[in-house]
Amino acid sequence: MARNPVTWLGSPTFPKAAREALQDTQLRQNLRKATGTIRGRREAAVAEMTDWEMLRVAGEQIKDDVLARLDTLLVQLEETVTARGGVVHWARDAEEANRIVLDLCRAEQADEVVKVKSMATAEIGLNEALEAGGVRAIETDLAELIVQLGDDRPSHILVPAIHRNRSEIREIFQRRMGIEVSDEPADLAEAARVYLREKFLTTKVAISGANFAVADTGSIVVLESEGNGRMCLTLPDTLITVMGIEKLVPTWQDLEVFLQLLPRSSTAERMNPYTSVWTGVTPGDGPQRFHLVLIDNGRTATLMDSVGRQALRCIRCSACLNVCPVYERTGGKSYGSVYPGPIGAILTPQLVGDMHDPQAASLPYASSLCGACFEVCPVRIDIPSVLTHLRAEVVEAKGRTPESVAMAAAAWIFREASRYEKAQKAGSLARFLARDGKITSLPWPGSRWTSSRDVPAPPAESFRSWWRKNRCQE
Amino acid sequence: MKVALFATCLTDTFFPETARAVVRLLERLDCSVEFPLDQTCCGQMHFNTGYREHSKPLARKYTDVFGSYDYVVAPSGSCAGMVREVHPTLGESPPRTFELAEFLVDVLGVTDVGAWFPHRVTYHPTCHSLRMLGVGDKPLALLRAVKALDLVELPDATQCCGFGGTFAVKNAETSTAMLADKMRCVLDTGAEVVSAGDNSCLMHIGGGLSRLRTGVRPVHLAEILASTEEDPWLATR
Repeated sequence: MARNPVTWLGSPTFPKAAREALQDTQLRQNLRKATGTIRGRREAAVAEMTDWEMLRVAGEQIKDDVLARLDTLLVQLEETVTARGGVVHWARDAEEANRIVLDLCRAEQADEVVKVKSMATAEIGLNEALEAGGVRAIETDLAELIVQLGDDRPSHILVPAIHRNRSEIREIFQRRMGIEVSDEPADLAEAARVYLREKFLTTKVAISGANFAVADTGSIVVLESEGNGRMCLTLPDTLITVMGIEKLVPTWQDLEVFLQLLPRSSTAERMNPYTSVWTGVTPGDGPQRFHLVLIDNGRTATLMDSVGRQALRCIRCSACLNVCPVYERTGGKSYGSVYPGPIGAILTPQLVGDMHDPQAASLPYASSLCGACFEVCPVRIDIPSVLTHLRAEVVEAKGRTPESVAMAAAAWIFREASRYEKAQKAGSLARFLARDGKITSLPWPGSRWTSSRDVPAPPAESFRSWWRKNRCQE
Repeated sequence: MKVALFATCLTDTFFPETARAVVRLLERLDCSVEFPLDQTCCGQMHFNTGYREHSKPLARKYTDVFGSYDYVVAPSGSCAGMVREVHPTLGESPPRTFELAEFLVDVLGVTDVGAWFPHRVTYHPTCHSLRMLGVGDKPLALLRAVKALDLVELPDATQCCGFGGTFAVKNAETSTAMLADKMRCVLDTGAEVVSAGDNSCLMHIGGGLSRLRTGVRPVHLAEILASTEEDPWLATR
């Protein structure tokens, strides 16, 4: 089986990648500013809603219901889409999905396609696969375009170029578009508009993802802020939508919940600016050929895990990234995947499906378990619980390691108070390593702590020995 | 009221003054405090690092040791959180376990515990007390009632200090970057004491502050609340 392109080939493990990213002063500045701003705005947008907690519960329940009935709902979707003139394709993995899309492009004799921002196509590495097949994919989302023109990788789900500031964007545009432009956001947006407008009017095939698909009507829904997606979804002759199989909602009415949850959680907007909905093909209006490619790519395997499956509730809002103290400092690329941040730390390893992969296995540990992600998640994914659950899988996959031996020894000591007390007394001797009441240097692995932090000298008397002496009169 | 003290392995071993302060404080508030000597560790380090199987017997031991008590009090939001939120998923029905501030405010119904602490203090609300237990601003209410204490608000207070148990060594650089920002916030307040309800986080923040010789002291909430004019807090770390 081919490797899952959800992680980037050759990515180092998280601690290694993070160590490097932390050195990047510009990145640290850009992320602190960007995440800090959006964090505050999200909080204000959510605070306006008196029924926010009820909406979160509703979102959770609808998604759980979808996951429980995925087999029948998917078949229903295929029927409704087909009945309205669309063609449904099923792809087991990235390779299959990419082949289907490439074949469809070739059938249209397209050597260029315009793209709506889509995580599913990024996950399967569609652009690279198309390029290898002689089809050039043009990203039309402003941030995706910045990443694409900069020969860069995305670092955020919603704002893939969040790691770039405007002077860096100006440099990329000047270099790649061959223009002179200022670093004013309005000028940069105008430059992108001019660059893209011609593509919208001349390109015959568009490729999109989907935020939601309504099973009982066959409608596909895309939310975006710029209107570029709307251009792609309406102007070309052929539209190919690539969608993860978990993106379903049962009925039209269920959308009501998510159209409230998603904008406030992601862009901190009360209402999403461009919500495009289409149902199959409408003669004389919009694309006349519509293909829906449903991808599994590790989702069925994820669904089998009763704890881990909640990651499939994700609606890709990015709220967890924006509040994550780890993400804020390391940036998204340290996660080595199109899905960074807390959701990436639980989704990516599950989609990869192999805890023997050192990079994937390092992701569940990329968290201090502070819980800020769970607090903001609009579909109540208990990310910390999934993290510890996946850590247990990593430990199992790794088998016997120096760490596992030490942990087993510690557990053995803790199981008996008498052993624990002896260990405590022995450990207390470390106080003789201390100067001025602190230990400043320990051998490995303690050096991982003392590299930046002192350790207090253990006291001569533990609390329990004090208690025994002073409170146990026998 | 009879209360069992769960000192936690970290406090028992490294910070006995915190546990002694809890005893002094609770006895001052007319509780009868017991310390079952069979207690060891709640299993949090094992569970959170992925050694779930090793944490199970420790959770079982906790139930065995404390099961007969109506109230168990721990000077740690994260150990109390482990017991309350995680032990049930390991098949246990743990006894009612409270973090100290919760116990004082919710069970004993006091915010003024008669403390005196003539220092400038800033308070870091630890992640698990905040997000697992929902302790909210109870610790601040307790601190505001302390006589002579000058409480200064910590900027970005709810951001994690970067400890995260084994995270601090597995991802030492990222942990340190988080710590650096937390220390900057602490120093910005001009406080001489940084307090929290968890010695683990305080060991982390304090370890950084000590390395930089900032002169700011980490002091557990219990020690501040136990301090009185007659029997004032004395720096031990």
